[in-house]
Amino acid sequence: MQGRAATGSDEILAIDGISVTLSGREILSDVTFHINAGEFTGLIGSNGAGKTTLLRVILGLISPSAGMVRVEGGLRRQPLIGYVPQRITLDPDMPLRARDLVGLGIDGQRFGLPLPSSTRRKQVDEMLEAVDATRFAESRVGNLSGGEQQRILIAHALISRPRLLLLDEPLANLDIGSEQEVVDLLARIAREQRIGVLISTHDMNPLLPVMDRIVYIANGRIATGTTAEVVSSESLTRLYGVHVDVIHVHDRILVVAGRREEALQHGDTESIVELM
Amino acid sequence: MFSALMLNAWGSASIVAIVAGVVGFFIVLRGSAFAAHALPNGAFAGAAGASLIGVDAIVGLAVFSVLGALTIAGLGRRARHDVATALVIVVMLGLGSLFLSMTTEYAPEIYSLLFGEVLGVSSSELVPIAVIGVVCIAAVFLVYRPLLFSSVMPEVAEARGVGRGRMEVVFLLVVALTTTMAVPVVGALLIFSLLISPAAAARSFTDRPFTAMGLSVVIALGTVWSAIALAYLSNLPIGFFVGSIGAGTYAVGRGWAGWRNRRSRPRMGATGRSPATAQSS
Ligand SMILES: Nc1ncnc2c1ncn2[C@@H]1O[C@H](COP(=O)(O)OP(=O)(O)O)[C@@H](O)[C@H]1O
Ligand SMILES: [Mg+2]
Repeated sequence: MQGRAATGSDEILAIDGISVTLSGREILSDVTFHINAGEFTGLIGSNGAGKTTLLRVILGLISPSAGMVRVEGGLRRQPLIGYVPQRITLDPDMPLRARDLVGLGIDGQRFGLPLPSSTRRKQVDEMLEAVDATRFAESRVGNLSGGEQQRILIAHALISRPRLLLLDEPLANLDIGSEQEVVDLLARIAREQRIGVLISTHDMNPLLPVMDRIVYIANGRIATGTTAEVVSSESLTRLYGVHVDVIHVHDRILVVAGRREEALQHGDTESIVELM
Repeated sequence: MFSALMLNAWGSASIVAIVAGVVGFFIVLRGSAFAAHALPNGAFAGAAGASLIGVDAIVGLAVFSVLGALTIAGLGRRARHDVATALVIVVMLGLGSLFLSMTTEYAPEIYSLLFGEVLGVSSSELVPIAVIGVVCIAAVFLVYRPLLFSSVMPEVAEARGVGRGRMEVVFLLVVALTTTMAVPVVGALLIFSLLISPAAAARSFTDRPFTAMGLSVVIALGTVWSAIALAYLSNLPIGFFVGSIGAGTYAVGRGWAGWRNRRSRPRMGATGRSPATAQSS
């Protein structure tokens, strides 16, 4: 782990002892991890584990009850962070082309009318090409498929040249083919542009080939490290507080609670036995 | 049809149409049709109250529509937006019926607040209408980009510093001002039609947001101009024409969009290299 031993100069996000309480309930407690430039991190947890909450804390949309978020030396200012939220619905009747949505990433927050500019247009064209979306640049965003929309949203998030890209469940509702394409695209972006990528998902399997680091949430706490370190029976048993087995089948990993009753008690809604 | 008296009618109706086209674009985009219905109808109570205490109707309209906008935006943060809007319109209509029971106005005055009085707009009324109209359009142009951003992807916009609540307040205030200037001209019921139909129809003809806004203005102008002309020629009420032309343009737009989609679908297929399917439709 040479990379991680390096100095903090590569560090673009540091989460330090974050706790979050919403409506009197503690959702996250004492969460600590960091992300380096060019690193691909998976934020793994079942539904309701607190993934979205953690991303919203990083964005500054929720204030933690304890702890600190530092983005690249103390600044948490936009557009250092690009964000693709969970479950965006884009109305097909909305008169908005894919390129318009990407353009909002450049100057959507500024006052005034959008004036036509050739540099702006070129910037959008380049970004569309980088995510391989030139083909449907002129189409209405609402008419695009889930995978195509995901690319456009990624282009939107990247065009402001952030150092950190947060994506909330970007693989949900994608077919296997586009799932793989989106993962490959993000891994390439992280590597080539030296951007830190943090992806939340309830299924870690599509990310296994590309993840540099994992942040695994359960019971409001996290375990972090490499996949091998975190996704082990020992480490997850500690995190879940019940005996957990980690089973490798072909190229997939299944996380399974050892005893049925305890899995039930733990209240996992997706499946009684399979936790992940 | 173009006498001095009629010029005020053409002028005021045109200003209302331009503002309705611009503001309506965002009403339809944001799905705020219910608020666009509630504010003019609630403001109607303000006009009734104004006549009761003997001040200008436009003052009552302004006070009630602005208060209504602020209440919808404020309550909408806690409760569901449609519920907040419904509560506002219920309270305002209640006040309206109270004020009406206390006034001695003739029924025609009340009728004109609902259906407007395009032919009765005086030169002195034209000035505040024009001023408020310019303010509305300037405000929409000023916040065009953040408002578009926040309407399309509220969460992402918020992460970029475009507050969802702030945009909602600004926008509802613009709708309130639009209400204030439009109700004396076209009435509470017809401004709703002008805010929705042209903007909804425009979406069928273009994929570009700013073009859609411009087209919405063109359709709104076409609607009121032909409504005034037809009313003048036929002696039927303007409201009848505004409503039916509005619905007509929307239907034409949907038809056009459906026809265009059916034509372009074969080409949108995976490769687009299948001439066999290109001959359909
Ligand atoms: N505003 C809120 N008030 C109270 N509880 C909340 C709020 N938002 C989320 N929660 C709760 O926090 C937990 C984590 O939610 P979330 O971060 O959305 O999980 P995930 O994204 O991992 O599915 C859930 O149990 C959810 O019910
Ligand atoms: Mg979530």
